[in-house]
Amino acid sequence: MTSDSTDPAPSAAPAGRMSANTRELGFRLTWGRTREVAIQFGLFLCAVLTTLVTLAIAAVLFVEAVAGPGGSAFFQQVSVVEFLTGTEWTPQYTEKKFGVLPLVCGTLQITVIAALIGLPLGLLSAIYLSEYAAPRTRAIIKPALEILAGIPTVVYGYFALTFITPYVIKPLLQPGAVFKISWLWNIPVDGFNALSGGIVVGLMIVPLISSLSEDVLRAVPRTLREAGYALGSTKFDVCTKIVVPSALSGIFAAFLLAVSRAIGETMAVTIASGQKPTLTLNPLMQIETMTAYIVNVMSGDAAVGTIEYKSLYAVALVLFLVTLFMNWVSQMVLERYREVYQ
Amino acid sequence: MQTFGQLASSPSAASGSRLEQLAAALPKFETRGMNFFYGTHQALFDISLKVPQKSVTALIGPSGCGKSTYLRTLNRMNDIIEHTRVMGPVLLDGKEIYSPDVDVVSLRKRVGMVFQKSTPFPKSIFDNVAYGPRIHGNRNRQSLVEIVEKCLRQAALWEEVKDRLKDSAMALSGGQQQRLCIARALATSPEVLLMDEPASALDPASTSRVEDLIIELKQNYTIIIVTHNMQQAARISEWTAFFCQGRLVEFGLTKQLFTNPVQKETEDYITGRFG
Ligand SMILES: Nc1ncnc2c1ncn2[C@@H]1O[C@H](COP(=O)(O)OP(=O)(O)OP(=O)(O)O)[C@@H](O)[C@H]1O
Ligand SMILES: [Mg+2]
Repeated sequence: MTSDSTDPAPSAAPAGRMSANTRELGFRLTWGRTREVAIQFGLFLCAVLTTLVTLAIAAVLFVEAVAGPGGSAFFQQVSVVEFLTGTEWTPQYTEKKFGVLPLVCGTLQITVIAALIGLPLGLLSAIYLSEYAAPRTRAIIKPALEILAGIPTVVYGYFALTFITPYVIKPLLQPGAVFKISWLWNIPVDGFNALSGGIVVGLMIVPLISSLSEDVLRAVPRTLREAGYALGSTKFDVCTKIVVPSALSGIFAAFLLAVSRAIGETMAVTIASGQKPTLTLNPLMQIETMTAYIVNVMSGDAAVGTIEYKSLYAVALVLFLVTLFMNWVSQMVLERYREVYQ
Repeated sequence: MQTFGQLASSPSAASGSRLEQLAAALPKFETRGMNFFYGTHQALFDISLKVPQKSVTALIGPSGCGKSTYLRTLNRMNDIIEHTRVMGPVLLDGKEIYSPDVDVVSLRKRVGMVFQKSTPFPKSIFDNVAYGPRIHGNRNRQSLVEIVEKCLRQAALWEEVKDRLKDSAMALSGGQQQRLCIARALATSPEVLLMDEPASALDPASTSRVEDLIIELKQNYTIIIVTHNMQQAARISEWTAFFCQGRLVEFGLTKQLFTNPVQKETEDYITGRFG
């Protein structure tokens, strides 16, 4: 009997506990308690709001792209198969073609180049900061990396367009034309190209990767490093054979987050890599990414309600799903990682 | 005569003199008037101690008295803590281990260590034991397999894990993990094994297995073990050093130190723990 009254049925547990508490307090709702409730409610509202915003975005995308009123949505006018397999993207032409592959290919190029640059740089700087750097060096480098993260992306875009392409890529790939020497090699490079955009996006994700990876590297218990040293490891052994392998899943999650950031990057690639959908794997040509296309339509003169306008939502939906997937995978990996260490 | 410093050569030690002389003739480790500093904080004062070969030496004393610090000076583990300083000779087989020409890596290969908290690497059981030989350049699969089996047998773990060497070491129980760490330390074939409270987190059954193991290992290794457990020290060690507040108060044969301590402090500590 006594155990019944103190131990309510599981489903009623929260309510039961709450009422027991109030009874104990004798319904004395002091100022402190009111404030506590108010704070809790405020925090709850914030959480609900962010969730609602996400849901609202998903709903808008769905209505405009998948199933709108009166068959107005994009995929009610263009078949999914055509969209996903078509190799031409020409919404502005009179003969409109909606094959998303050139845009996907553009985004893929940027992402791969950014990953090739950002991942090693980010990981190596994280290893340096967590394992090698003296506290004083760290105190200089860490803020510098954070500044890198704070630079507006539009600045990166102009940096790529006005510096990296003309002063780095062109002198290296077409010295013949740049220096007017006929016998040197001369590889054609567009003024807008995927390479320069990919490079700056790679630089952009370095701080993200390095700070997330540094956190997971530092979380590797000190006792593990000591055990390594006690077996006669050098610092390099401890880094490469103990610390990094122990933190691998955390590092992987950081990579995925950074890659999804690269996929979603807009301003820099719009400026640096161009706005011409091209189905190519040559990083020296002008391309258009999915994000750049969205900017293009929004800033152009496509009338609301036209198929061209609707195509924006279809592309946005693809982006949304891809980044959602990447974030989900990285969350899963991070969770597994936490389990290992607790 | 300079044997174990004044303390050990005091009257009570006379009856064990034969053994003592033998040990004094062949000290594995020797520190002479060694001082140790963490920054400005002095943790060890004037420690003169000769650790006899192929035997078990227990370091006992109240918490914070510097047992771990002393142990860690012997394989230079304190080097990785910033602003630490060792002053005074620390000799391994008569050679100064802090001299500039000593390679820390090969020193630590000769002087293995087992920690209080078991520290398996998040790798397979096999890779844990093979870690040491591998970093010291052993790439021969067959020889690694042999070393792993031998060390796991020595650590009395082989029967329990022989069918799952590929499984993660993190899945072992606490006691198994500690024995794995001992096997891992043995795999570099050290001459000395430093153990910092290796059984303090273990249940009685695992503790007695680890103790049996230590008794077995002393045939071939010099073992220095920190323990808070007086019975344990009495069971497994031949020699005991009693530390208090950063000083070596008394060193001698375990039997004598426990039954007939010279110093009042030692007696208080031991009887306090027992009574
Ligand atoms: N990393 C460190 N930095 C500064 N002081 C330290 C450090 N490690 C230990 N000390 C100090 O050195 C003294 C000796 O510590 P030590 O860990 O050697 O004691 P211990 O005898 O092993 O104690 P316990 O039995 O609790 O393990 C203590 O006063 C401690 O505060
Ligand atoms: Mg200690």
